Amino acid sequence: MTTKELKQKSIHYRKNILKYILDANAGHTGGSLSSTDILNVLYNEVLNVSPDNFSSPDRDRYVQSKGHCVEALYVVLADKGFFPESDLETMCKYKSHYIGHPTKKVKGVEQNTGALGHGLPICTGMAIAAKMDKKDYKVFTLMGDGELPEGSNWEAALSAAHYKLDNLCAIVDKNTLQITAPTSEVMNTDPLDEKWKAFGWAVKEVNGNDIDELKAAFAALPFEKGKPSVIIAHTTKGKGVSYMENELKWHHGVPNKEQYEQAQQELDAALQAL
Amino acid sequence: MAAEVKFSEGADNPNQDVFSETLQRLAESDKNIIAVTSDSRGSGKLVPFGKKFPEQIVEVGIAEQNLVGVAAGLASCGKKVFAVSPACFLTARSLEQIKNDICYSNNPATVVGISAGVSYGALGSTHHSLHDFAVLRAINNIIIVTPADNFETEKATELAAASKVPVYLRFGKKVMPKLKEDNSDGFEFGKGRLITEGDDVAIIANGETVYPAVKAAEKLKANGIAVTVVSMHTIKPLDTKLILSLSKKCKGIVTVEEHSINGGLGEAVASFLMQSGILKPFKIMGIPDEYTVAGPQGDIFKHYGISEDGISDKVMKLLK
Repeated sequence: MTTKELKQKSIHYRKNILKYILDANAGHTGGSLSSTDILNVLYNEVLNVSPDNFSSPDRDRYVQSKGHCVEALYVVLADKGFFPESDLETMCKYKSHYIGHPTKKVKGVEQNTGALGHGLPICTGMAIAAKMDKKDYKVFTLMGDGELPEGSNWEAALSAAHYKLDNLCAIVDKNTLQITAPTSEVMNTDPLDEKWKAFGWAVKEVNGNDIDELKAAFAALPFEKGKPSVIIAHTTKGKGVSYMENELKWHHGVPNKEQYEQAQQELDAALQAL
Repeated sequence: MAAEVKFSEGADNPNQDVFSETLQRLAESDKNIIAVTSDSRGSGKLVPFGKKFPEQIVEVGIAEQNLVGVAAGLASCGKKVFAVSPACFLTARSLEQIKNDICYSNNPATVVGISAGVSYGALGSTHHSLHDFAVLRAINNIIIVTPADNFETEKATELAAASKVPVYLRFGKKVMPKLKEDNSDGFEFGKGRLITEGDDVAIIANGETVYPAVKAAEKLKANGIAVTVVSMHTIKPLDTKLILSLSKKCKGIVTVEEHSINGGLGEAVASFLMQSGILKPFKIMGIPDEYTVAGPQGDIFKHYGISEDGISDKVMKLLK
C-alpha cells in the first residue's frame, strides 16, 4: 500500500473510531486516536494475519496490551474483514461481544486483555514457543506509556532479553498522557530508551503518527539479531482532532453531537488535503 | 488402606516427587510438555526434568507474574504447560495473570502450586497458602485439584496434561502414604474417591488431610462408628452427586482441609447442602481465620485438630 493510501486509511479509521464511540457513548478516545497509525501500519503492512489464516499456527501474533484502546483495534479488524463493520453498532451494548476491552469472542482478537502489564509476558511466552517450534512467525504487543510502571512488564522484559527473543517486538504508544495527568508527573519513566537498552532490548524511536517512519521501523525488525526490539512511538493523544490533541480530558471523553460533527469535518478536510 | 502407617512417617513418596516423575514420563513421548519455573525447580523436584529435557523447561527467575503470563502465551501456541511455583506466591502474586491470561483467555495451562497449605510450616504465614481454594473458586474456568496420595497425583498430572481447560494442581512436600491398595475404581476430575465406607458419618477431606481423616475413621470404627472418608480431590467442579448421596445415608458430615475455613472445601460443601435443603450436623475443619502458629506441618495440623484425635473428637461431638 502506498503511504498516501495508508494515510487515507488512518483518517477513515479515525472517523470510524469517533463514530462508534459516539454511538456507544463510551470509549478511550485519545489513546485510540494516538495508536491508529501504529495499528494501520501493523495490520496493512506488517502482520501476517488475516481472516483466512487466523487459525494457522504460523500466523503472526498481535496482543494489545493497552486493551482499553480497543476501538482502534475494532475498526481496523472490521476493515480487514474479520467481521462486518455494522457489528460495531452494538459496541458496549447489552450482550455485545464488542465490549470496552478486547476479547477472543471478537474474530481477529488474539488474547483477552484489559488489565495493564499483561501483553508483554504473554507475548514473551508466544515468542519462546515460536523458537521452540522453529517457526518464523513474529510476535507484537502494543503498550501504553502509562502502563509501563506495572512491574510485570519489566519481569517480561528481562526474560525476553534473556531468551534472545528477536522475534518479539513491543511498541510503546508514548502519547505522554494518562488518566490523571501527564505520565511524567504521575510516574516518570524517562529516559525510556535507556531503560529498555539496560534491559537488553534493541530500541528505535519514531514519530508514531508518521506512516513512513513506522513502516521503516517495522521493516528493520529485528533491530539487532539476538535481541527483542522495542519501538518507542512518540504520538499525540487525540491525534487528528484539533480540540482533542494533547488534552487530558479526552482520555475517555465522549464528544457531544456538535463536537462530533466538528471532528468529522476536520478529518474530512484532512482527507481532501492529502 | 495403609492402616499400619503413621501419619508423619509415611510409606510412599511426596506428591511433588510423583508429579515430577509423571511429568518426565509424559515429556518423553510429547515434546509439547513444558515446565515453566520461577527459580522453583529445586523445590518443585524438577531438577531431573530440567536435566533430561533442557529444551522443555523455561526458567523465568523469581517473577511469578511473568511465570503465569509466559505460561499463558506458551499454552496459546499449543504447548501443554505446567507453571510451577510455591502455591503461596503463585495464587496471590500472580492471581490476576491466572484470572485473565489463563482462565479468561482460556489458555489451558496447568498452574501447579507446590509446597501448599502449611507445608512450609516453620517459614511463617508469608509462605503459607491458605487462601488459594477460596480465590480460585471465585474464578471461572479452572479445575481445582488437590490430590491426596501418589496415585491421585499421578492421575491428576496425566489428566491436567490432556485438559482443554485450565487446571490448578496443589500439593505439598510430605511423604504421602498409599490410601488404597486397590485403585481400580480410577480417578476422574470432579469425582470424589471413596477411601473408607460407613453409614454413620461422612468425612469429606482433601489433599494431605485425607490421611489423618482415615486414621480418625479407624479410631471411630473401634468405637462402633462407621465412617465414610472421601478424598474430595477436586473442589471445582464439586462432586455434588456424591455429597448428596452421603448426606442421605449419614447422620452428620465433617469436612477437613489444609486451608482457611473461609471459602474452601467446607464452605463449598455447606453451600451445596444448604441450597439443596439438607440440614445435617455439619462441621468445617481447617485453619481458623488467623495467622497460624509456626512449626512443622504435622504440629500445625495437630494444633488445629487436623489429626487422628482431633478429627475423631470432632465427629464424636457432632454425633452427640
